[in-house]
Amino acid sequence: MRVVSGRALPLGRANVDTDQIIPSHWLKRIERTGYGPGLFEAWRKDPSFVLNDDRFRGASILIAGANFGSGSSREHAVWALQETGFRAVIAPTFADIFKSNAIKNGLVPVELRSDTVSRLLAAVEADPKTVITVDVALRTVAGPGVKASFPLTDFLQTQLLEGLDEIALTLRHEPDIAAYEAKRAEWLPRVR
Amino acid sequence: MGSTLSEKVWERHVVRRAAGEPDLLYVDLHLIHEVTSPQAFEGLRLAKRRVRRADLTLATMDHNVPTNDEPAEDISARQIAAMARNAREFGVRCYPTGDPNQGIVHVISPQLGLTQPGMTIVCGDSHTSTHGALGALAWGIGTSEIEHVLATQTIAQTKPGTMAVTVEGMLPADCAAKDVILGIIARIGTAGGTGKVIEYRGAAIRALSMEGRLTICNMSIEGGARAGMVAPDDVTFAWLEGRPFAPKGGRWEEALVDWRSLATDAGASFDRDVAIDASTLRPYVTWGTNPAQSVTIDGAVPDPDALPADARESARRALQYQALAPGTAVRDIAVDAVFIGSCTNARLEDLRLASEVVRGRTVRSGVRALVVPGSMRVKADAEREGLDRIFRDAGFEWRDAGCSMCLGMNPDVLRPGERCASTSNRNFEGRQGPGGRTHLVSPAVAAATAIAGHFALPADL
Repeated sequence: MRVVSGRALPLGRANVDTDQIIPSHWLKRIERTGYGPGLFEAWRKDPSFVLNDDRFRGASILIAGANFGSGSSREHAVWALQETGFRAVIAPTFADIFKSNAIKNGLVPVELRSDTVSRLLAAVEADPKTVITVDVALRTVAGPGVKASFPLTDFLQTQLLEGLDEIALTLRHEPDIAAYEAKRAEWLPRVR
Repeated sequence: MGSTLSEKVWERHVVRRAAGEPDLLYVDLHLIHEVTSPQAFEGLRLAKRRVRRADLTLATMDHNVPTNDEPAEDISARQIAAMARNAREFGVRCYPTGDPNQGIVHVISPQLGLTQPGMTIVCGDSHTSTHGALGALAWGIGTSEIEHVLATQTIAQTKPGTMAVTVEGMLPADCAAKDVILGIIARIGTAGGTGKVIEYRGAAIRALSMEGRLTICNMSIEGGARAGMVAPDDVTFAWLEGRPFAPKGGRWEEALVDWRSLATDAGASFDRDVAIDASTLRPYVTWGTNPAQSVTIDGAVPDPDALPADARESARRALQYQALAPGTAVRDIAVDAVFIGSCTNARLEDLRLASEVVRGRTVRSGVRALVVPGSMRVKADAEREGLDRIFRDAGFEWRDAGCSMCLGMNPDVLRPGERCASTSNRNFEGRQGPGGRTHLVSPAVAAATAIAGHFALPADL
């Protein structure tokens, strides 16, 4: 995932929690797929909700307010966004667990200053055809009148760009894990 | 200089550190439940991987289980069966429904003595922060991370920041641990702890029971924090001693020496410090749709126009969803349902407190009231004390253990438009069922509200 370039959905709201992104009854599934229809299920019942607005159909970037993805750790929230076609979320801040879940699935969390997010929101609301470009390699966001960079550590950038099997990477350090295990205190509990 | 408690526990668990990479941390205990784990086990199966340390892994069923005699609906039964099958196939101990040790994952682990000071604990559930009450570093993870921990018993994490919330002074007699944490979140906001581990300190925290500390650490995530912790002390040790998985004999003595070293050094500094005078706290009731939107029970629903500019829009939306008018006195708000349960407030002490309030009284006509113990052990202990009789006689339903109406996955849900006083942790839109309206309160306020039919303190009855 080097570049996400496309139209955006101007959600705008702050504190969008993962119960809104995917309500709990969808979490009864044991598969990794099938969550798209549950995305923002309750809000979607309102015909005027932005996701029901045809002008924004096909958007690949979601623009939201601060503290996006707060609450539950459910990775299903990321899966539901991706199944609906979103490849990046732009917000002033993200909740920690959501951000980590997003990166592990290749959904790009883009943190920008509030005023920059507001400018992008206004541009998209004024013209739904507005194209926004998120460049992971350059760590930049470009839109009408906006050229901004967003924070992303080298490590997370590599994860997004290369989508490596993290477990395989960690298992390359198996001797370190075994050495650590040999030193653990005797009193630590074991379930069996 | 010096280190904070969370930094000490972190440093002890570093398996590998390399420049430009997150630390690889060892996980002392991995807790599993049926909802966020099936896809992780499937990932192991596809990659032909095994669970590295099944002896450091414990599973139970809590989120999606019925809490009455009704059978689970098909899709839930399938998820419950998948948990049992995965546990069997990968050699993980599981306490299924019907087992005397079954219960909400964050209630059973401390109760069994598995949660101990200085440990790292993860679980695919954001309320894993609960376990920090015993001085463990414990946080919620996603399903990809669950798979990683199952396969490697480690997790790659960027070191979080540190934050001290110091609560000094004496808590008013009608305030509970729940009011302390709701008061903290009201001050720091829902993102006040983002990227940080909160250490709760001060005389008012020290004075709390272990149950109270569990309630406080539980809701750290509602303040946005990665984790919450309380330094272990004699309250912790007395609570742990003799529990099934606590160290015994010479190992207990060894462990105690180590645990006593788990405190923030005198010279250590935190990235952020928040000080709160306990005597200024009151019983809180949330009015909105995030846990920071609360007022004291003596207060009224705020006018969005009177709030800071950045809080207005979400307050307006919240009041519309909650069908509340600005200026309404909290005590004038009537409820349709009362839920006493969840990993926040369904331990024995919570049920004792609530039962004292309802003893000899009757739930207001038209109010549906539910007590869902946090674990089957809590249920059994409560029944030994006769608490079930007190609740049933008052008109409460007395259920089996599970998450139940906290998140509305099982059939225990609010109907659209119903209003609930709940001892749980989240008042998000639809959290307790589509269209349901949640107000977070302490067990004592929930119990008094069930009797009065509107928000009330025990002293109001």
